Amino acid sequence: MRHYEIVVIGGGPAGLAAAIEAHRNGAKSALIIERDRELGGILQQCIHNGFGLHVFKEELTGPEYAERFIHELKDMEIDYMLDTMVLELTSERRLKVMNSHEGYFEIEAEAVILAMGCRERTRGAIAIPGTRPAGVMNAGTAQRYMNMEGYMVGKRVVILGSGDIGLIMARRMSLEGAEVLAVAEVMPFSGGLTRNIVQCLDDYGIPLYLSHTVTEIKGRNRVEAVVIAQVDENLRPVPGTEKEYRCDTLLLSVGLIPENELTRGAGIEIDPKTNGPCVNEAMETSIPGVFACGNVVHVHDLVDWVTAESCRAGKYAAAYVRRTLKQDSEGFVTQAGNGIAYIVPHRVRIENVDEELTLMMRVRKVFHKAEMVIRVNGVEIRRVRKNHMAPGEMEHVSLKLAELQDFDIATVSVEVEEGGR
Amino acid sequence: MLESHQLVCISCPMGCRLTLEKDESPIGYSVTGNNCKRGVEYAITEMTNPTRMVTSTVVIEGACLSRLPVRTNRPIPKGRIMDCMELINGLTVISPVHIGQVLIKDLFGTGVNLIASRSL
Repeated sequence: MRHYEIVVIGGGPAGLAAAIEAHRNGAKSALIIERDRELGGILQQCIHNGFGLHVFKEELTGPEYAERFIHELKDMEIDYMLDTMVLELTSERRLKVMNSHEGYFEIEAEAVILAMGCRERTRGAIAIPGTRPAGVMNAGTAQRYMNMEGYMVGKRVVILGSGDIGLIMARRMSLEGAEVLAVAEVMPFSGGLTRNIVQCLDDYGIPLYLSHTVTEIKGRNRVEAVVIAQVDENLRPVPGTEKEYRCDTLLLSVGLIPENELTRGAGIEIDPKTNGPCVNEAMETSIPGVFACGNVVHVHDLVDWVTAESCRAGKYAAAYVRRTLKQDSEGFVTQAGNGIAYIVPHRVRIENVDEELTLMMRVRKVFHKAEMVIRVNGVEIRRVRKNHMAPGEMEHVSLKLAELQDFDIATVSVEVEEGGR
Repeated sequence: MLESHQLVCISCPMGCRLTLEKDESPIGYSVTGNNCKRGVEYAITEMTNPTRMVTSTVVIEGACLSRLPVRTNRPIPKGRIMDCMELINGLTVISPVHIGQVLIKDLFGTGVNLIASRSL
């Protein structure tokens, strides 16, 4: 059986950064398994700019960001397999793998890094009533068709969901000559970055209807019209507020779900809030030696944070293989208090943290002028003032090791207090 | 009559709602609603010479994909975006193309180039 010190599942931004960092930290053999025909993952279809502001201090497009990592990887002794599918991961870190030229085979790994990313929620997941014509598609799927395969997916378009992919596609389709009639968002706020609303909708005169949803899709073979209506505070459509748009395409940008079939199959503990594995400070899952990073753990809004998190996973996976990752204690738990939806990592073994512990989290709603209160064992240790927080923008809290050293820690919690001083 | 404009600042995630009013000052406008000085800069640029990066694709022959992603190497005036798209839509390139390779030089005399944003 083939044997590697480290096997990374997925060759997108998370897998690339994790493999490179594992190699830098002394991993002698590493393999990336990628199911697509090339490395880079979703970045290859994200041809817009805005990537890399934190990591490279410049604004790159997705393919440019990917190419920097792919170059670096190819200069290292890291193996990769393309067009190759992992069918199963066992709790003993054995992988059942398949591709068209080698058939079925198994690989043994001392450490595994899960970097499978996420998938789009589909029409089925949000149960839109109406017929089932062609022309209803996920925004990310449309993005791949347009930007890589060269197909124009529609001429008159309505978009449901104001996540960043939906906003980016509104601009993309407008540039290519389509008419984007409206973007409907069921929540009273957009799930996308403000700069995308300005650059992708306002620039092209596309209206954004907050607290609106699609109530009907019309058309037999192809979409002929889409009906949107306002929703009340319980997200139920308000009768009499319907607007009908004659169009041929409905794009859905209604959220992303971490892709964790392999994770579940291995019996790894999943956090129901993130839909990703529970991880500790090392980005290690509930199975020792199995690590996870990027969108498979929790959906990120900036690839730069995926890179940072994946570098940690790669570094700690290499340490695990070298037997320098301390595995004796259970560590303390992190707790999402009022206003916080979740915190990653879920557990922290403080003895493995060097200098600083970074907690990543999302807030539950939009806050103006609020404070994040950090408590250790229920005792406040710090407040961080925030002028603006939104669920669409991931928050980070960094704690210095010195702040935590004097405690015998059982819990660290973060809570949002509105108003503040 | 007072000329007034509403803008949302995109310099950072705050999204300050800015109001611009034409006045007699050297910069020609007064800006309110901003929480920092970047808001003033953004509002003035946005009023006097708004620019945007253009990213799109061109037809590529002889590669494993049928489209090559491209971008302007610097932002171009907003009013030129659709002209730029017209040039992009008329362009066909032959593989191999290297990342950063200039495909169209000096768009509309702005000194901005159209470049390939991946190797293919």
